[in-house]
Amino acid sequence: MVNDKSIVWLLRVYLLLVFVFIFLPIITSVVFSFNSDRFPSLPLGHFTWHWYDKVYNDPDTWDAIKTSIIVALSASTLATIIGFCTAYTDFRYNFRFKNAYLALALLPPTIPLIILALAMLAWFSKIGLSGQIWALIIAHTVLGAPFAMAIIRLRLQQMDKDLESAAWNLGASEWATMRHVIIPFALPSIISALCLTMAVSFDEFAIAWFVSGLNKSVPVVILEILQGNVDPQINAIGSFVFAITMTLVVIAQLFLFTKKPTNN
Amino acid sequence: MIFSNWVKNIDVYALTWRLPVIVWQVLFFLAPLVFMIAMSFFLVKNYRMVEAFEFVNWIKVFSKGYFWSSYGLSLGLAALATIFATCIAFPASYCLAFKLSETARRWAIFFLIIPFFTSYLVRTFSWYVLLAESGVINNIISYVGIEPIKMLNTMFATMIGYLTLTLPLVIILQTLSMASIDKNLIEASHNLGAGRFRAIFSVIIPSARIGLIIGALFCFILSFGDFVSPYYLGGSNPPTLPILIIDTTKSGQQWPRAAVIATVMMVTLMLVALSAIKIAYKKR
Repeated sequence: MVNDKSIVWLLRVYLLLVFVFIFLPIITSVVFSFNSDRFPSLPLGHFTWHWYDKVYNDPDTWDAIKTSIIVALSASTLATIIGFCTAYTDFRYNFRFKNAYLALALLPPTIPLIILALAMLAWFSKIGLSGQIWALIIAHTVLGAPFAMAIIRLRLQQMDKDLESAAWNLGASEWATMRHVIIPFALPSIISALCLTMAVSFDEFAIAWFVSGLNKSVPVVILEILQGNVDPQINAIGSFVFAITMTLVVIAQLFLFTKKPTNN
Repeated sequence: MIFSNWVKNIDVYALTWRLPVIVWQVLFFLAPLVFMIAMSFFLVKNYRMVEAFEFVNWIKVFSKGYFWSSYGLSLGLAALATIFATCIAFPASYCLAFKLSETARRWAIFFLIIPFFTSYLVRTFSWYVLLAESGVINNIISYVGIEPIKMLNTMFATMIGYLTLTLPLVIILQTLSMASIDKNLIEASHNLGAGRFRAIFSVIIPSARIGLIIGALFCFILSFGDFVSPYYLGGSNPPTLPILIIDTTKSGQQWPRAAVIATVMMVTLMLVALSAIKIAYKKR
């Protein structure tokens, strides 16, 4: 083809522009978190830690961070346990209504958060959990479990099915096989699932805003600042949260992509 | 006798792994949704919800003109975002799938995952700062001598917000579906004399159909349910359905009416999803 090279370059430039669009708001937020002006604009003011200081010295932020961490740790643990059970069931068993079973497990991400938020607000106040930190933990477990299941299922896919039967033939019980064969094999994906569901919980704001009551998590605090005036504090909190979640994601990816005996 | 046999036949091991998700999802995912639908028939008396089975809320909501205009607006905006996202993503995904090395593609996908873990609220705030009347973009173009353009509180800004939310996911889904196309198929079409565009329309798009449609579907679901962009960037005038839900729940104490709106949204999305899946998996 004649113009092949120029078309390829055109496409790559286009791709670059799309990436600029996607990353522009993230970079903007980090840059302006260090900028002195009250209303973020150009030309930039001078470098400052002011917004971080302000966030650091605000007890409300610390309460929110504490809530976020408790919720993220609990929800990710629960979601990963449920996700593992579901992934293993899907890996090993065939049964009637299995499609319905999987649909039930994987459906939550397809329901808009605002609808889940209203539904959970109503349900939690009906069963008397409204406004408690449990409400938030339960909600984020529902959101995280499908992701945990998907990640662990992918890992189990790489396991030889005969490995399990081999262990049984050698006299191990099902429980012992689970403990000594399957869980060790799935461990990297279990750690990935923990990190990713933690990140999901750390970022979720719609349900948290509806059900958390006084136990505000970090994104809810951001949402409330956003409802006020333009406040560069958001950039500082945002960059801080970004640093935490990115660390979690990178750890998750490391565990997902190493430990593969054969190269893909 | 029968009972003890039945007990003996229970496979405790299998149930240990099977039951947790069923119990959890029924209690905390299905029950809230079912309860929400039931709530749409409840009554509100003296600011308190009374359990009942009346159609009052449905009639009230359906008789309001602003509900229908919000519904139309939400559908229109989500459809527009879906078209934009699909068309903008396609050349990028095409490039990722066919014109980059395996390593470069992996890195690109890693980078596309990053936005999922940065606060959507913070990114929206950044767009607010960028698009504002005295914001960064207007600042830059004023150097070139162009008058400030009103971008904030317009549908344009809402669309930017939707695309920020959906574009990475759409590109990932499109790229994965295109990368798994058998390269020989494309080669064959070239050998048969098909040019680049002919190959795209008669080989690549049909083969990647499922990924393209699922990507579009997720874009529709996410935009239809998002309240952040239309509220903070679009100025919420007129409001979309998610904004109506928040207003009705937060200020009005009218949970049952909010439940009506949410139920309408859910049914709409179900119909859209079912038709999308039907198109995606239809036999050619």
